[in-house]
Amino acid sequence: MSMIYPTIETNETYLHQAERVKRQNQMKSFLKGMLFLLPSIILFSVFVFYPMFKTIYLSFFLTNAQGATTVFTGWDNYKALFVDPIFIKSVKNTFLFVFYTVPPTVIISLILAVIANEKLKGIGFFRTVFSSTMGVSVAAASVFWLYLFNPTMGLLNKVLETSGLDAIEWLTDPKWALIAVSATTIWMNIGFTFLILLGGLQSIDSSLYESADIEGSGYFYKLRRITIPMLSPTFFFVITVSIINTFQTFGQIDILTQGGPANGTNLIVYSIYREAFVNYQFGAASAQAVVLFILILLMTALQFKLVERKVHYQ
Amino acid sequence: MSQIELINISKSYDKQKDVLNSINLSIEEGEFFVLVGPSGSGKSTLLRMIAGLEEISGGFLKINGQTMNHLPPKDRNLSMVFQNYALYPHLTVQENILFGLKGRKIDKKEQQRRLNEAAEMLGIQELLKRKPRELSGGQRQRVALGRTVVSHAPLCLMDEPLSNLDAKLRAHMRVEIRRLQKRLGLTMIYVTHDQVEAMTMGDRIMVLNDGQIQQVGEPITLYNEPVNLFVASFIGSPKINVGNAVFSENGKYLIVENQLHIPVDPSVFCHIPRDRNLKVGIRSEHLMPGISKKENLHYLEAVNIEQLGNETSIAFELGSELWTAKWPGQWKIDLGQKVSVQIMPEFLLFFDADSGNLIKSAELGKSQGAVSV
Ligand SMILES: Nc1ncnc2c1ncn2[C@@H]1O[C@H](COP(=O)(O)OP(=O)(O)OP(=O)(O)O)[C@@H](O)[C@H]1O
Ligand SMILES: [Mg+2]
Repeated sequence: MSMIYPTIETNETYLHQAERVKRQNQMKSFLKGMLFLLPSIILFSVFVFYPMFKTIYLSFFLTNAQGATTVFTGWDNYKALFVDPIFIKSVKNTFLFVFYTVPPTVIISLILAVIANEKLKGIGFFRTVFSSTMGVSVAAASVFWLYLFNPTMGLLNKVLETSGLDAIEWLTDPKWALIAVSATTIWMNIGFTFLILLGGLQSIDSSLYESADIEGSGYFYKLRRITIPMLSPTFFFVITVSIINTFQTFGQIDILTQGGPANGTNLIVYSIYREAFVNYQFGAASAQAVVLFILILLMTALQFKLVERKVHYQ
Repeated sequence: MSQIELINISKSYDKQKDVLNSINLSIEEGEFFVLVGPSGSGKSTLLRMIAGLEEISGGFLKINGQTMNHLPPKDRNLSMVFQNYALYPHLTVQENILFGLKGRKIDKKEQQRRLNEAAEMLGIQELLKRKPRELSGGQRQRVALGRTVVSHAPLCLMDEPLSNLDAKLRAHMRVEIRRLQKRLGLTMIYVTHDQVEAMTMGDRIMVLNDGQIQQVGEPITLYNEPVNLFVASFIGSPKINVGNAVFSENGKYLIVENQLHIPVDPSVFCHIPRDRNLKVGIRSEHLMPGISKKENLHYLEAVNIEQLGNETSIAFELGSELWTAKWPGQWKIDLGQKVSVQIMPEFLLFFDADSGNLIKSAELGKSQGAVSV
């Protein structure tokens, strides 16, 4: 008995000490970590978290024209949104817009990237051209397309006329306005998407293709069985980023159509802008912003859930 | 079956200096032909030209008598194993093996038959449903071989297929590849920079250096009668011992590295020119322990000793060179100890120091005969 007793005691004190040292170390590394994070925590707080919480806060109030809160209304702003035909239309428009924009952007960029990945003479020139829209600002691109869409002098209608078709009121015809804006957006997004996809293509090991060549595989067989599956992580990234971007489109709408005709191109972000800075309804605008945030969050989460498992990472 | 001829083949990338120079070579049907050489000597380039992955800048490539210069890889009826195996990471082992057959729309039943045959031959039946990243290096290697087997191509090209494996597995796969080649009757062109692989696997070896053929021949010929210093020091492990040599004024001794005085035996030295700069070489197994006989003993300082268990490798300092001896059994030698070493003149190889060409090789047959009597 007397032999065992002291052993237990020393053991316990030892464990106790070890525990204390461990906790001290944890504390130290936590503080160090915080120190490293401090700059980004400050930046994020000022420019992201503060505005975000402020928005959520505002969405429960009525405001005056200066944006100061007047009356607490609870969920009223939200309830009003879901019966507001204009907002509902803007949500529909936004989804339609994503649908018109993202798939064509990815498909066209893929085709361009596959072409630009071939070992041809002067391919560097085409790579530059294909990615050049990345360097064009939204404003410049929109003005450029504004000229193309001009109903009388625009190049598009000139082409239609010379081929014997009727001119189209691109930006004022409700049937065409959203498509016209989509076309502009596709053109603007191709540069970025192309560049990312080309990067993805070039990172595929060339010996995979060489091996396939030796085994006698055709061009499209290689495209279908090697290129597309090997590119799937890049696709996933590009599609996710494109969708988020498209949800947040603002500049080209403002310059090309101002949401018209008859709210035909009124997307959520534009609707938020109008609510806040034209109608001075900061509460309602904040509620819309929160809804948009939740929509994007859900879409992205859904994508991760559905697609990510199927994506092949090396 | 496949018989290959390279006629005056040369290669230059982007019109720069030639990477390969007038390569003339013919490889027999069913032969295991090894291309060996240091890094950057143009082995991969030559192999890729035969496969059709690289354009041929000059000369002709003939397979079975037909010129193949401008045929795409798929029409050359060959298979290739890449250094990184080139397995498709998103496909299962089975899909990987059948990739080419599917692409060529070969009958489903035939595909299955060949798959089973290959899987059984290589012992990978249990792995067919796995992805490459779930395999070990050796298993991946086997899958890559599986693609060769199912292709039924008579010619197989391999570019350093074992360089990613550890030493033990490498030794094992060497045997396996060799067996596979014999069993399928493949004509094999095998690239390696490992001279042990070259020696153990090849029916014939071609040593390449700086885009030029140094020597083509059977492994033992290359070992015993290397045409120049480069081949002599490239083939064999440990490296052959080399030293500068001159004849003494009175012509009675050959002095190696200003240190060794080897008595001139007229029967051995009769064809050696006296007026040229020489280099002599001697294989490490011919630096023998000087115990049994009294003649040709020299005392050299041991500067490093490696006990390998079954043999002992001893490094001696000789002028500016380090010479290595390999003695069977375990020898107890201290660092710095003067050890008596027997150097028989007939085991010496003589090279012209300026051109590096062989003047006279070791007289092995004679000495072995003498020992066995
Ligand atoms: N695509 C290329 N463009 C230009 N030069 C090249 C190219 N590929 C290889 N070379 C050059 O050709 C020479 C031979 O290269 P190669 O790959 O055939 O060497 P190797 O013998 O296979 O070497 P290693 O053992 O390192 O694989 C090298 O000098 C290399 O720099
Ligand atoms: Mg190589």
